[in-house]
Amino acid sequence: MAATSSHEGAVATESKSWTLRLRQMIDRHLPMDHLLPDRQPYYVGSWVYVFGVVTIAALVWVVVSGVVLSFFGPQWWHDSRVGRFFNGLHFWSVQLFFIFMVLHLWGQYFMAGWRNGRAATWMIGVVIFAVSILTAFTGYMSQQNFDAQFIAINAKDAMNAAGVGAFFNVLNFGQMYGLHIMLLPIGVTILVVLHIVMVRTRGVVKPIDPEGGVRP
Amino acid sequence: MKSMGATQDEYYRGVRMVPYDLVKELFLALAGVGVLALLAALILSSPDVAPVTIANWAQSDSIDFVTTATNELAGSTTSAAYGNPYNTVGPGQSWGPVAPQKWFGTRIPVDSANAFVIQPLQRASFSNTDLGKALFAWQGASADQQGKWLDTYSKALASATVVDGKVTVADGDYGPLPVMMSNLLGIAQAGSLDGLLVINGRFYQTDYTQPLLFMGDGGYLAGLAADAHLTGSLWGMMNETGSYPGQTWLWLYTMWYQVPPFTSSSGFLGLNSANADLGIIILMTLLTAALALVPLIPILRDIPRWVPIHRLIWRQYYAPRKAAAKT
Repeated sequence: MAATSSHEGAVATESKSWTLRLRQMIDRHLPMDHLLPDRQPYYVGSWVYVFGVVTIAALVWVVVSGVVLSFFGPQWWHDSRVGRFFNGLHFWSVQLFFIFMVLHLWGQYFMAGWRNGRAATWMIGVVIFAVSILTAFTGYMSQQNFDAQFIAINAKDAMNAAGVGAFFNVLNFGQMYGLHIMLLPIGVTILVVLHIVMVRTRGVVKPIDPEGGVRP
Repeated sequence: MKSMGATQDEYYRGVRMVPYDLVKELFLALAGVGVLALLAALILSSPDVAPVTIANWAQSDSIDFVTTATNELAGSTTSAAYGNPYNTVGPGQSWGPVAPQKWFGTRIPVDSANAFVIQPLQRASFSNTDLGKALFAWQGASADQQGKWLDTYSKALASATVVDGKVTVADGDYGPLPVMMSNLLGIAQAGSLDGLLVINGRFYQTDYTQPLLFMGDGGYLAGLAADAHLTGSLWGMMNETGSYPGQTWLWLYTMWYQVPPFTSSSGFLGLNSANADLGIIILMTLLTAALALVPLIPILRDIPRWVPIHRLIWRQYYAPRKAAAKT
């Protein structure tokens, strides 16, 4: 009897375990075969589906080149040919990131990708777009060149008019650089991971049913 | 069709599944995008036009520099009359009761005349007796007297000439202003003013608010930007020097600056060129929110159903249905 009682105690403890609950929740909502599926519905054959993964690929290159640039400091790329190359890699990766992200966004719009419980995935996607714009904006002001000066002097008026300038001073290089290499990229990365988890949890949306609606 | 709450297995029940290598796709994407970015970096590099220094400005356009410094003393420059967050002189932008520029007060105080002219001169007067006397005379004069000197000196600057890097004006009663401005120009031409405005009593510094505001008050940097086709009337914020792409994703934000009511002085519903920044930020915030809420907005969310682009994307799915409908 003592053994049974001990077993019941263990079960009761397990049911209260946060660790166990978290693992069970992950197993329930995002099992490995959903996170890394080796099969997809037959209609997942369009090039539109590639825009999402190439956006992620461009983001990886943005982060890798950005890490190298930040390691050597903001002045390095102005004085070094290697630094200039890495700045070029960063610059063009960002351009590609935005091109692919916009194509992905338009693709998902015309597929009404928010259907069947995917509205939050769409909304997080738009937030990623907005935060990415802010991240790129702080990057353009961290360049320490003529463009950075001109953009900062002009952008301050919009920021100040909106009241944002009191806290987000575009003329303060240290603040812009800190936000650009630390907080904002972490924000974009976390949001992208969340977006991917949401996509993988529910899977790709079915084609639009001619008789069906496009509600979320 | 299964909706919200359905598991993936339930959602895809009855749908033919085919092999798909997601990880291979990711690695191919990494390689493909990497090659594109690498080639662009090697062939096209990236823009890097050197920044303008106050020394460049004072050397290349001495009259504009002295005129701007004089206007700082007169309180007639953009920064001197800006309003919050730098000072309380100007009213700032507002739209009816919506005045966020005022709401947070003077969080980044900048007294343009003192910060850009008087304080640098005071530091320089440490070993310069003539400058010390000129500053003493300026600060001892009444506001009315200072105004008269500034008025006559500003008028004289309109026909000033530059000889050996020094700004020369016709003889007149300008009080201590010629000595003060001559010294400020000398400090600036030597590059010292760049340091004085950034360091501002500290050693480590990364805040360029003061030198950028000062340069923004002058015409030199704006002229260079206009030559490089960067100005607002040419879709400014999305431009970059040379032929490089800038922040093209800001096209919609920049577009509003080119169209009424934001180009009109009379405007519409209180939105006009005077409060264009505020109006456009409000508009873009609403549009961004609308984009995020598309799934909940009728008509906007129905457009994909009406526009048959989805039939191109999922042509494999629709083809048999179309054939079946024909037979």
